[in-house]
Amino acid sequence: MAKSGGSNPRVLLGRLASYAALVVFTLIAVYPVLRIITISLRPGDQLLSTSLELIPAGASLANFKELLFETRFLRWMFNSIVVSAVVTVTGVALASTAGYAMSRYRFAGRGALMSGLLVTQMFPATMLLLPLYVVLINLKLLDSYIGICIIYSATALPFCVWQMKGYYDTIPVALEEAARIDGATPWQAFRQVILPLAAPALVITALFSFMTAWNEYVVANVVLQNVDNFTLPLGLKMFQASMSTQWGLYAAGSLLVSVPIVVLFLVLSRFLISGLTLGAVKG
Amino acid sequence: MAGSNAEQRYLRWFMALLLGPAIVLILAVVAYPFFFNVVLSLSNMNIYHIQDWRVIGFQQYAAVFAEPRFWEVLFKTVVWTVVNVFFHVTLGVFLAVILHQKFIRGKSFWRVLLILPWALPQYITALTWRGMFNYEYGAVNLAIAKFMNMAPVAWLTSPFEAFLAAILTNVWLGFPFMMVVALGGLQSIPQELYEAADVDGASPWRQFWSITAPLLKPVMIPAVTLGMVWTFNNVNVVWLVSNGGEPNDQTHILVSFVYEAAFSAYRFGWAAALSMVIFAILFTFTQVFLKKTNATEAAY
Repeated sequence: MAKSGGSNPRVLLGRLASYAALVVFTLIAVYPVLRIITISLRPGDQLLSTSLELIPAGASLANFKELLFETRFLRWMFNSIVVSAVVTVTGVALASTAGYAMSRYRFAGRGALMSGLLVTQMFPATMLLLPLYVVLINLKLLDSYIGICIIYSATALPFCVWQMKGYYDTIPVALEEAARIDGATPWQAFRQVILPLAAPALVITALFSFMTAWNEYVVANVVLQNVDNFTLPLGLKMFQASMSTQWGLYAAGSLLVSVPIVVLFLVLSRFLISGLTLGAVKG
Repeated sequence: MAGSNAEQRYLRWFMALLLGPAIVLILAVVAYPFFFNVVLSLSNMNIYHIQDWRVIGFQQYAAVFAEPRFWEVLFKTVVWTVVNVFFHVTLGVFLAVILHQKFIRGKSFWRVLLILPWALPQYITALTWRGMFNYEYGAVNLAIAKFMNMAPVAWLTSPFEAFLAAILTNVWLGFPFMMVVALGGLQSIPQELYEAADVDGASPWRQFWSITAPLLKPVMIPAVTLGMVWTFNNVNVVWLVSNGGEPNDQTHILVSFVYEAAFSAYRFGWAAALSMVIFAILFTFTQVFLKKTNATEAAY
């Protein structure tokens, strides 16, 4: 809003105020993360400390060592990776194909399907979880990979399809028509011309499905019961739930769990405008 | 892509092949559970009737509306949603406008750091803030004591403060989404409008309300709708910050309330009916909201 012009004191003051606001809000945004880092580095005897220092006195990696070698952390990570991978592959494979068909072909019930997918976004968490929970009990699939993957797919799929469809809508049909005239089959036109162009949306869809499973607590809390079947969110919560919170283990675990997904998210965040908002908003 | 009959048939098969797997899965894991939930909401299923349940009509719905706590929690949910989304949008647009100014150096540096709360897994945010609200050792009380010289606040043990703690946590994690959407919207506003306003001597404040705000509106309305629905249904933050409704089951919004009814009290029929009520509230709200704001074309 403020225009670049001259160096009169009002303009200068405005610029200073802008930077001050950025600094303050950036600190607020970053502080909790710094706090996790601090706590994860604290040696065992200082976990309950009232200090606000960033690098604690006597910083050590003892918490990470204990986490990796004396808890079930790696087991939980394995579970989380398996479940997230299944949900991601399912989400991307089905949404990239179905989204394309919904974008390019008119068929009976297409409109109803689109509205239906959108409406699922208003379901409260229990809407599908409760009936699926009852079904899983009856099928004896509670506390299993299959059970949790089914519920996560139910959560992720509608949004993925909707988003892919929205992105395909922005790719001109003329591109396939040109390919078809050159003798490509519909499959080749889709696979070799359109799909590569939809890469940003595919990336966002993959990220979204992966995060649905990787970051999910509420469903896992109900479906998974055996500690060996836990995914990471349940495991980390366990460190906090026991009578004396194991802050060091919790913080170290949170860092290891968050860093890859946060880095991925931040790297891909430039796609968020083109992928997410285009897909979600411009359907 | 019209062509011969064979071509038409080929295309139809091709389309069915693309659509089929997704449709089958959606029918199995979305449509079927939804209709099963409708049936459950009309049934007496609970901890005593897990296997021998039967359909009893609309009694569970009547029980939902007769429950005094339903109205109390509904009120809290509305406050929760409005306060959160208000701050998400205000902070998000505020930061986007600041960040969009020409003279700001290192735009992507600031942007990445400000997006951090969105990138962090929500449950880790909630659990970490719960730690920071700890009475004795939490960073919030330590900072209050150190910088403001105030007495520590019993964040997690009194109902009002616990609810406030959940709101603060959710405001923190929600503003970056609105900021990113607003930044996208700002890029499409032509610079010439501001130059013309400058010539006319309009103040930055005036320029914001006459140019920026109205032109951001079409971008923000769908985001606000989405934000309202997400916030209304956000069970993570309330549940984890308050450790399942503490103190004394006071810290609830409708979704955490129904989650508890289903999986702590095993009142399946009642919970299924409440799920339907929550869905109906949200559905009605979004229809009215989108119609009122004329944003339907943008959202569909």
